[in-house]
Amino acid sequence: MKTDWRERRHRWDLRYAPYAYVAPYFLLFGVFGLFPLLYTAWVSLQDRNLLDGDAATFVGIDNYVALLTADPYFWNAMGNTLSLWLLTTVPQILFALGIAQLLNRRLRGRTFFRMGVLLPNITSVAAVAIIFAQLFGRDFGLINWALELFGAGRIDWQAGTASSHTAIAAMVVWRWTGYHALIFLASMQAIPTSVYEAARLDGATAWQQFWRITVPMLRPQIIFSTVIATAGNMRLLAEPLLFNPGAGAETGGSDRQFQTAALYLYEYGFKKFDFGYASAIAWLLVIATVAITGLSYLAARRIRTD
Amino acid sequence: MRRTPTLVGAALLATALVATACGGDASDGKTRITIGLFGNFGYQQLFEEYEKAHPDIDITDRTASYSDHHKNLAAHLATNNGAADIEAVDVGYINQFKANPGQFVELSADLKDRWLDWKWEASLSKDGKQIGYGTDIGGLAICYRRDLFEAAGLPADRDQVSAMWPTWEKFMETGKRFAANAPAGAKFFDGGPTVLNAIVGQAPTGYYDKSDKIVVGDNAEIRKGWDLVAQGVADGLSAGLLHSTPQWNTGFKQGQFATLACPAWMMAKIKDQAPETSGKWDLAAVPGGGGNWGGSYLTVPKQGKNTDKAVALAAWLTAPEQQAKVFANAGLLPSAPKLYSEQSVAQKADPFFNNAPVGKVFTDAARALKPQYQGPKAGDIQTEFGNAMQRVEQGKQSPGESWDQFVRDVTR
Repeated sequence: MKTDWRERRHRWDLRYAPYAYVAPYFLLFGVFGLFPLLYTAWVSLQDRNLLDGDAATFVGIDNYVALLTADPYFWNAMGNTLSLWLLTTVPQILFALGIAQLLNRRLRGRTFFRMGVLLPNITSVAAVAIIFAQLFGRDFGLINWALELFGAGRIDWQAGTASSHTAIAAMVVWRWTGYHALIFLASMQAIPTSVYEAARLDGATAWQQFWRITVPMLRPQIIFSTVIATAGNMRLLAEPLLFNPGAGAETGGSDRQFQTAALYLYEYGFKKFDFGYASAIAWLLVIATVAITGLSYLAARRIRTD
Repeated sequence: MRRTPTLVGAALLATALVATACGGDASDGKTRITIGLFGNFGYQQLFEEYEKAHPDIDITDRTASYSDHHKNLAAHLATNNGAADIEAVDVGYINQFKANPGQFVELSADLKDRWLDWKWEASLSKDGKQIGYGTDIGGLAICYRRDLFEAAGLPADRDQVSAMWPTWEKFMETGKRFAANAPAGAKFFDGGPTVLNAIVGQAPTGYYDKSDKIVVGDNAEIRKGWDLVAQGVADGLSAGLLHSTPQWNTGFKQGQFATLACPAWMMAKIKDQAPETSGKWDLAAVPGGGGNWGGSYLTVPKQGKNTDKAVALAAWLTAPEQQAKVFANAGLLPSAPKLYSEQSVAQKADPFFNNAPVGKVFTDAARALKPQYQGPKAGDIQTEFGNAMQRVEQGKQSPGESWDQFVRDVTR
């Protein structure tokens, strides 16, 4: 009788213990991930003031209809989001590949440089945004000073669409390139040297080796980095918000020229207290992010290993 | 920035923890009262004074920037957690908060007589509940740089300066005289949005009529001010800086502008931003008569654990005696009219502003002030109006186009 009980417990242990081990993650995900997601979906179907949840009324898909058909500033924000996504993600991956390739050589102080590329990433985003906003300042910014030194005119970085996107993209690229470079570097070191030796014997140049061997062999990591970067860059908030701090920061410039979708959500939720509308923006942003991430996954997968 | 949710989550959690830690009774048996402020309220000495008189109270203040403070407050009220025991609210936000009076402790009308009538009424909810005790009002004057005026060959004496601009038209004319001989890098005013705010603050009707309808599109007085400022921008009088931004702060240190529309609280800002310019500033009357820009309230969110003691502290901080002290040390203009005739207030001079009689200038301004009704989203509209003027300053749109877009945006 007693042994039977023991045996049974042992069997249960084998069968159910793994679920218990992964349960904490799913529990946390449920509380901080799934529940907010579903609750946001529910709120997005309401006309609801942030401060007065009790007076909320169910309006069905009205918020979505208004956003998609009657709100030019939503589309403006989506356009800015896409533009910033391109301007941040593509350079990030390309620069990271280049830096990883450089770091993969026998350098003096290799560890120092390898750790160094990660420094921008562990810097607080608020500090980065404030310093970059100063660098790109109109009257006393370092970049305008340098431009003037070389005879080019000053640029009012915040005023223009292209100029403000460039400045914000610079912040993001600066912060995240090192992170991706380290991921690429780790995988580069796993590529067997015999492959390169064989290529050298066949007369392949360093450039050919990089594009024909290194990049294809890094395919899984490039896909990973692209997906991670896309998911992050589609919801840029702090950089555009802090690029122009002040009472009107959430409008993203005088003509909303760098207002991202996340910033638009923030404006509606926390400036106008229109919680229902803001939640609908959040869900549309989720859908757009999934779509764009899927696209970039397909694009990155096209890297051939021929 | 892909870590936002984690960061925000961590920040909220941290705030919640701090708030819980602060909310209850401190371990030494004292009741801890937290107070959430923005900018400079001039309260530090008053806290010490109150703690000395009430040994069982321990006051902790936390100060954030103007917009962060109000957004955090909204988030804390929405989640019913994390608000300070006393929260300051600016007049630009008071209408949004008073639309939900249930979030705040209703304050007794017993003290009503302390304040200017319009100050009291502006924080009353539609159903007549008072959510905030008034702290200061803005009033209006013009701060100007004596040294830059002298360098440009203009008179620097404050009476002569005031006499140069009885109207905003004359103000702009003075600007052109300044620009003709201005020192390198110095413009006449800081930015169009600042001047516009002053002009709007003087109009009998602002963005709204009394039935909460947005009427700014047909408000001839504001349109006239818009055209005037846009012309000033076209004439090169503006430094093109948006108020309360880091670039604007730098502008003080670099002497990028010679005049600034100055509600009383602005003087505290100048002192904070550019202490090294002490003595170079002076104060003149504002063109076009009295007006108001800004001013704040102290509210007591219902979610606090010690609301009774918080109400008592808020009432004490906003009492005329304390308002007089705040005026003396931080220059914030009292909202208690009985102080306007008191010697200590009316005769105050400020060495930072070349011993300008700030007491007289601002109490005169407060008396001449015609209160203007503020609608529910006056703060948002003010932001959009500033953006609209910035579009003109940045050369993105003509004044006409930008005005049309502004009216479309706010009435949409």
